[in-house]
Amino acid sequence: MTQDTWNFIFIGLSFALYIGIAVRQRAGSTKEYYTAGGGVSPFANGMATAADWMSAATFISMAGLLATSGYDGSRLLMGWTGGFVLLTVLMVPFLRKFGKATVPDFIGDRYYSKTARLVAVVCAIFICLTYIMGQMRGVGVVFSTLFEIEISTGVWVGGAIVFFYAGLGGMKGITYTQVAQYCVMAFAYTIPAIFIAMTLTGNVIPQFGFIGEYSANGESLPFLDKLDNINTELGFAKYTSGSLPRIDMFCITAALMCGTAGLPHVIVRFFTVKNVKAVRTSACWTLAFIAVIYLTAPTIGGFSRVNLIEKLQDTPREEVPEWFGHFEKTGYMSWQDKNGDGKIQHFGPEREKVGDLNELTFKPDIMVMANPHMGGLPKWVIALLMAGCIAAALSTAAGLLLVLSTAISHDLMKKVVKPDLSDKEEIRYARLASLGALLVAIYFGINPPATFIAKTVAFAFGLAASSFFPTLLMGIFSRRMNKEGAIAGMVAGIGFTLAYIIYFQFMGGTKDQYLFQISPEGIGFLGMLINFAVAFTVARFTPAPPHEVTELVENVRFPGGKETAAQDH
Amino acid sequence: MEKTKAAKGRYWRAHLRCVGILLLIWFLTSFGCGILLRDWLDVNFPSVGSAPFGFWMAQQGSIISFVLILLGYKFWMERIELMLAKDKGESK
Repeated sequence: MTQDTWNFIFIGLSFALYIGIAVRQRAGSTKEYYTAGGGVSPFANGMATAADWMSAATFISMAGLLATSGYDGSRLLMGWTGGFVLLTVLMVPFLRKFGKATVPDFIGDRYYSKTARLVAVVCAIFICLTYIMGQMRGVGVVFSTLFEIEISTGVWVGGAIVFFYAGLGGMKGITYTQVAQYCVMAFAYTIPAIFIAMTLTGNVIPQFGFIGEYSANGESLPFLDKLDNINTELGFAKYTSGSLPRIDMFCITAALMCGTAGLPHVIVRFFTVKNVKAVRTSACWTLAFIAVIYLTAPTIGGFSRVNLIEKLQDTPREEVPEWFGHFEKTGYMSWQDKNGDGKIQHFGPEREKVGDLNELTFKPDIMVMANPHMGGLPKWVIALLMAGCIAAALSTAAGLLLVLSTAISHDLMKKVVKPDLSDKEEIRYARLASLGALLVAIYFGINPPATFIAKTVAFAFGLAASSFFPTLLMGIFSRRMNKEGAIAGMVAGIGFTLAYIIYFQFMGGTKDQYLFQISPEGIGFLGMLINFAVAFTVARFTPAPPHEVTELVENVRFPGGKETAAQDH
Repeated sequence: MEKTKAAKGRYWRAHLRCVGILLLIWFLTSFGCGILLRDWLDVNFPSVGSAPFGFWMAQQGSIISFVLILLGYKFWMERIELMLAKDKGESK
């Protein structure tokens, strides 16, 4: 059987599985699912949240970024998992107690103001839109590889499928579909890693192989030394040392962590289990399931780096395996024979300084998909990986699209602009909003604001860190914070962050203009500090919030009331 | 009423202590070991397998600690809530 046949069998089967589950579940339990006492177990909810959370950025882009930047890539590993800790201990239990499902709803009530709600909606739109841009790029990467078409066509095909998929309605709402998606993603991610770990290090567990011995081709040395040797030989920074300034590394990690804790679509997930106690259990499972993928990512990064160089460096073009041609065709890898010797040479900045020309360029986003090809794995493993990539990109893109369209139709149109909106009109606005958002996302999917998916997504996290995270945190932990402070803080935080990103990504700002060496990826952290500072200063000089609001804050802090009643069953 | 208030105060302080301590560990394992003290740890701490300690913490160790932190949070908070329930029971 050809690779294409395998691909379509696996993708077809996985889709049949999702739709089958969706149809079966719809009959009895959809209603149950939306009620607070829904019987979704913390274990199942944990898996579903993990599937929801892991997007194309994680699945497709992260390992490639690790492969090309080594230690520097740790910012994504720590940022996206560490943020989950913040989310669980600082946000979720309180918002769960408060009982409103959307973030603008909480902000609107806590800060007793329509303006605050409006500002929150605008922030949510910016965050979700930036996030979807990354996902669309990911969907495009998958489809262009699948059908061997240009990435821009791939983005269009993917966009059409996402629109259809989100339109299936209940799809996203049904936890068990996401449980199935998680399983597909977990197998798709770990199985290639296990195979390659066996060939490269003789160790079945990739995480042990990664810190073990490299034993392929009759060599024997620690695997990480092998990586360092490859990088220094080719003129790159050592794999284990990285090249980002420490302050930038710190800020990016912090922005990703705080952004995670302010992401609207993840917070919503925890409303599906029955009480705060179950929320905590569920969060443990979620992070454990996420960790399965995140602990494997650095190993995939390292293995694919070694494989790429071993397979291509100094190899005559005609002896290079067939897959290279496929990736050349879709524009993910390209080779220019600059020195005319017919062989492929890949060099980093240090070697280029002494006159060796780099002939091979590749986009980091392709590494995960190229990895099993480079390792010479069986065709079904590659097909499984494709199915996993599609699950990752579609589930998150469709989920975000839903959050975005609700923000516009419900929080903006119904709650602020036109309170007498009928249900029918509300749905029409939701559809229009999701179509509009999708078109914008497709445009930026084709012309991405950053060179790889994970970076685009990092901007979304920076925006969330500079707007929602401080505002929610102060809303819970400070009784004194009032609407003037919160609004001023959000506007200042997100305004600063957005301006900084736009200036450096679209208006040609250069590296030496960076504020304190912080790149646009990490500026969300500074934006967050600005938000805090502005909010506290403004709140000091404006009246304290009314009594009902301090009572509300008091109330979300303690278990009890409705919560304890629900705990009984 | 006054007693319930006192019980709630105790609960909130216990809760803040729990969150504070866990977040301190969270900061030390990620930002501390993985970024700020990384170079020092690479030299002065035993390697994990063939990986220098700081590098390993940044790529693997921090993630493992996060899972443990959440596990700790779950059990700790359950104890604190039990304490609140008892406290309230006595004050009635």
